[in-house]
Amino acid sequence: MKNKKLFWIISANILLITLIILFSTVGSVNLGFGEIIHELLQGDNQMVRTIVLKMRLPRNLLAVLVGANLAVAGLFLQAVMKNPLADPGITGVSSGASVGAIIILLVSPAHTGILPIVAFVGGSIACILVYAMAWKKGLQPNRIVLAGVAVNTILGGIISFFSTMYSDRIQSAMLWLNGSLATKTWGDVETLVGYSIVGLIASFFLIRSANILQLGDEAAVNLGLNIHRARIIISAVAVFLAATATAVVGIVSFVGLIVPHIARMLMGNDHKYTLPFSMALGSTVLLIADTLGRTIGGSIEIPVGVIMAIVGGPFFLYLLRKKGAY
Amino acid sequence: MIRAEHIQIGYDEKIVIKDLSLNIHKGEVVSILGPNGCGKSTLLKTLSRVLKPMKGSILIENNPIHSIGTKNLSRKIAMLSQHNEAPAGITVKELVYYGRLPHKKWFETKNKEDETIIDWALTHTGLKDYKDRLVSGLSGGERQRVWLAMALAQKPEVLLLDEPTTYLDISHQLELMELIRSINEKFNMTIIMVLHDLNQASEYSDRLVIMKKGEIKGDGSPCELINEQLLREIYNIQCDIDINPLTSKPRIHPIKTCRGHCILQQAN
Repeated sequence: MKNKKLFWIISANILLITLIILFSTVGSVNLGFGEIIHELLQGDNQMVRTIVLKMRLPRNLLAVLVGANLAVAGLFLQAVMKNPLADPGITGVSSGASVGAIIILLVSPAHTGILPIVAFVGGSIACILVYAMAWKKGLQPNRIVLAGVAVNTILGGIISFFSTMYSDRIQSAMLWLNGSLATKTWGDVETLVGYSIVGLIASFFLIRSANILQLGDEAAVNLGLNIHRARIIISAVAVFLAATATAVVGIVSFVGLIVPHIARMLMGNDHKYTLPFSMALGSTVLLIADTLGRTIGGSIEIPVGVIMAIVGGPFFLYLLRKKGAY
Repeated sequence: MIRAEHIQIGYDEKIVIKDLSLNIHKGEVVSILGPNGCGKSTLLKTLSRVLKPMKGSILIENNPIHSIGTKNLSRKIAMLSQHNEAPAGITVKELVYYGRLPHKKWFETKNKEDETIIDWALTHTGLKDYKDRLVSGLSGGERQRVWLAMALAQKPEVLLLDEPTTYLDISHQLELMELIRSINEKFNMTIIMVLHDLNQASEYSDRLVIMKKGEIKGDGSPCELINEQLLREIYNIQCDIDINPLTSKPRIHPIKTCRGHCILQQAN
């Protein structure tokens, strides 16, 4: 059992590394695998070096980071809320970030430099609002979901309002709202990588609490877990991961929902296994989605968020039917 | 061992228990009895600190439980709830291992001592052969025993049980009661349980605490406490009581409700 799970985790990571390299070869300029290695080592063809090192590699690495962040955020939020439908969006983090981003992009496009910060702040405020509303003698999972739905509706209204008012500039906002990795550079990777590492390392310290929460509140209290504190800390790490990823690339839905499910189908319920597996799988899924997005449409880039919804959705339904897990 | 001092407990606006004091000694088997809604489960949950009293305090070995720290307390008190939910895909042994977590620091992993204690808990609950089975694939009675094994793995000094026999058939009920009794005798573990079955309470407890409407109406050994008048007062039932010749404990034979009797009389 254990060895099999370990095997899956290692395989997922090997697959991920292979794909990072492999996907650096595909795109509008097709390069052979050997060609890339050769050029990177010898380094006489500047064009190949630019395409691979300056464009494809940072983009792929960003997909890896965002995928891992969102998958872990979803895994933890599903544990905190004991609700299989929970994803980072339910905490208000996506819509809060969207409001921040859309105000910058539509109302004040000159300030796009501070967009990640505004998006992060917007997401955090929305999330704090949801949790404050959900608090009643402790953090009640059902109240988080309800407050989340309400806050998301309000923020959705605000987004629609700005989209209508500034419909002439909507193009740039659409790209952000659908989550796109196009035009991302090493700078974006550098922005996110520090936060990701901090958040992902923190998540490993929460494995035991997340596991105990699954036994139900009474059993968790009896095992000496401070359930309200645990819920807040786990949520905080999840929201931090989701908010930083969203701030850099925009709204990428579905990764945080389906990846934890697939992880549980294959790994069971112990976060000791589902956490590292979700991380690797989230990265892999987003990397594949982004590569599909930049190749299948020819010269038109399809945002990774769109690919996730269109390809990820049916795939999830297929898994649901096949496994009959719920 | 564990003492409630003038506690008041309620949910939101509704006060279930107004002012209750109770002192339970080390090594006792105490059953809390009473009609539905009398506050017995509420009392048990308060003793286990799942509920916090509005007034008064719970003391364990003379220390208020809310001053001890929840993890420390888990090494002294374990509780088996009536409803339990095991995550899908968890095995018996994995679930029982959770009982060891109060004894471990966050970075410690399973060691030899844990293995020994898990083994001990599984043996005493008759689950040794089940240890690698999935909890979700077990019957209700077996599952209840797994949760009991988890509580035992906590190695508590006080074990609280909330209607532990509710979902079990009669042979499993008696088996569980005998198991609880033997754990009490072997390890001098204090047992406090909420029970519905008066005869089981009488048979297996040293002491009965009878409650109605949030108050203690009777407290004593089964022999001193149980009589027709008390049961009529508490449950509105008419019954015969005799003594079990094997154990010399009172045996209750319910006959009918007093309420029904009164209604019949009125009709006549």
